[in-house]
Amino acid sequence: MNLKALAYQLREDTINIICAGKAGHIGGDMSVMEVLVELYFDQMNISLENMDDPDRDLFVLSKGHSMEAYYAVLAEKGFLDKEDVLENFSKFGSKYIGHPNNKLPGIEMNSGSLGHGLPVCVGMAKASKMDHRNNRVYVIMGDGELAEGSVWEGAMAAHQYKLDNLCAVVDRNRLQISGNTEDVMGHDDLHERFRSFGWHVIDVADGNDIDQLHAAFEEAKTVEGQPTVLIANTVKGKGSSIMENKANWHHKVPTEEEYQTIMKDLKTAKEALE
Amino acid sequence: MGKTANKQMICEVLMEAAKEDRNIVALCSDSRGSGSFTPFADTYPEQFVETGIAEQNLVSIAAGLAKCGKKAYAVSPASFLSTRSYEQCKVDVAYSNTNVKLIGISGGISYGALGMSHHSAQDIAAMSAIPNMRVYIPSDHLQTAELTKALLKDEKPAYIRVGRNAVDPVYEEGNVPFEMDRATVVTEGNKDGNDVAIIACGEMVKPAKDAAELLEKEGIHASVLDMYCVKPLDEAAVVRAAENAKVVLTAEEHAPFGGLGSMVAQVVGRECPRKIVNIALPDAPVITGTSKEVFDYYGMNAEGIAAKAKEMLGAE
Repeated sequence: MNLKALAYQLREDTINIICAGKAGHIGGDMSVMEVLVELYFDQMNISLENMDDPDRDLFVLSKGHSMEAYYAVLAEKGFLDKEDVLENFSKFGSKYIGHPNNKLPGIEMNSGSLGHGLPVCVGMAKASKMDHRNNRVYVIMGDGELAEGSVWEGAMAAHQYKLDNLCAVVDRNRLQISGNTEDVMGHDDLHERFRSFGWHVIDVADGNDIDQLHAAFEEAKTVEGQPTVLIANTVKGKGSSIMENKANWHHKVPTEEEYQTIMKDLKTAKEALE
Repeated sequence: MGKTANKQMICEVLMEAAKEDRNIVALCSDSRGSGSFTPFADTYPEQFVETGIAEQNLVSIAAGLAKCGKKAYAVSPASFLSTRSYEQCKVDVAYSNTNVKLIGISGGISYGALGMSHHSAQDIAAMSAIPNMRVYIPSDHLQTAELTKALLKDEKPAYIRVGRNAVDPVYEEGNVPFEMDRATVVTEGNKDGNDVAIIACGEMVKPAKDAAELLEKEGIHASVLDMYCVKPLDEAAVVRAAENAKVVLTAEEHAPFGGLGSMVAQVVGRECPRKIVNIALPDAPVITGTSKEVFDYYGMNAEGIAAKAKEMLGAE
């Protein structure tokens, strides 16, 4: 299956995980899927076999609430058992919680509190520089998350340390719990902000397009002496018209009727891409 | 009797270890001078990371380094490290279980006249409440050296608080009894029964030891325990000391709630109920002064500890 279709299949898995666990940040799960797929199935040197190799590529899901999408990706990648996740996600005593838990294989760091992932990845990328490794470090942040001051502490340091092995992605879906990001705490000049912090900025016009993401990540690898950020313009709730660009789908479990509609939409989209 | 600040000992031990181990990394938040880490930064620039005045960043970056095999020592004023970076300590260090040693310098009320913003009278309570975080408060530079060497051998998170200034040593060069996570018996008192068991940590250990000597002169038997390992608390040592005494006295450079006194009281109340009093800082901004002036004012000195012990015994 090609990666574009795979993204839709993993959206289906994600919806099933959310419905089984009766919890999940569904909107952001849908918006970030192509970024995760492109990273895990094309860009990153990471697998069950090399997960302890110091030369592996490193990844932190700083917007940790997109965990259900991440479960689907990690299961597809062979790190987790999909049936086990479906059966136990969010249940009493489960290790499958709503944010990254690094006791699970394939997850490097715990997150959940926003604004931690970038500074942590600065430390990882710095360690790679110290050890003269050629691996790369990736972090995905939400756009609402950028209101956290610690993001900008990390951004400053990444430039200071010349971390060209660090690539951040902003899942720019323009919605957060309270509504439009620009109404809550605007940053429409995001590109300029990162540039002023010394970063190489790549705008990905359609952050749900695998080809555009691929080109952007490839460009990032050619940048020397400074970190790169991809501003991936995505659609919150991507994949079904009943969810797309609707803030109330930030954290929501579909009703049976909604479930049927969503799965039908995802299946149609997937088949068109196969 | 040479006096060396505890923070300086940490730097010296790490520099010695760094000769052989290039994975030892020290991080400072514009605090290399105040942390006595300038020699480390100058000698091992490739193993030193400066984050600028950004304590949250300091701790997260340390966690990232540790995740990649570095032994990260994040050195920053205890007040900022323990509360400004509290969430990073909780999530990126303790919860993610990264090998970060958080070195809180100029702890307690070391910064004196700089005021409450610079005092860390909450750090024991804050750090102890985090699962998977250990809390150590060494008493003198000799014990600090032993503790630092012991911490180099493990890969778990820890918070270590040291004061700003050199203090009178509790131990003697060449005779520093130390076992990791076991309290040190400083004064045994009377084996067949003490009047008071004093349990102290950090800069309160020396006055506790001196108080025991004052009390002994008056025929009052006192034992003194150096509980440098506040978490995991050496509960067996607490029980042994308390069972052999009529009353228990704790002494700490910390707010009256959630510190050593609270933790010892839980054990004493559960295992061997005794009257227990905690000598600590007040639940208020402390009076302006040097550490000595402040300690004297609040009775956190040998005379104050001895007087409190006598008062407790008189009330028995």
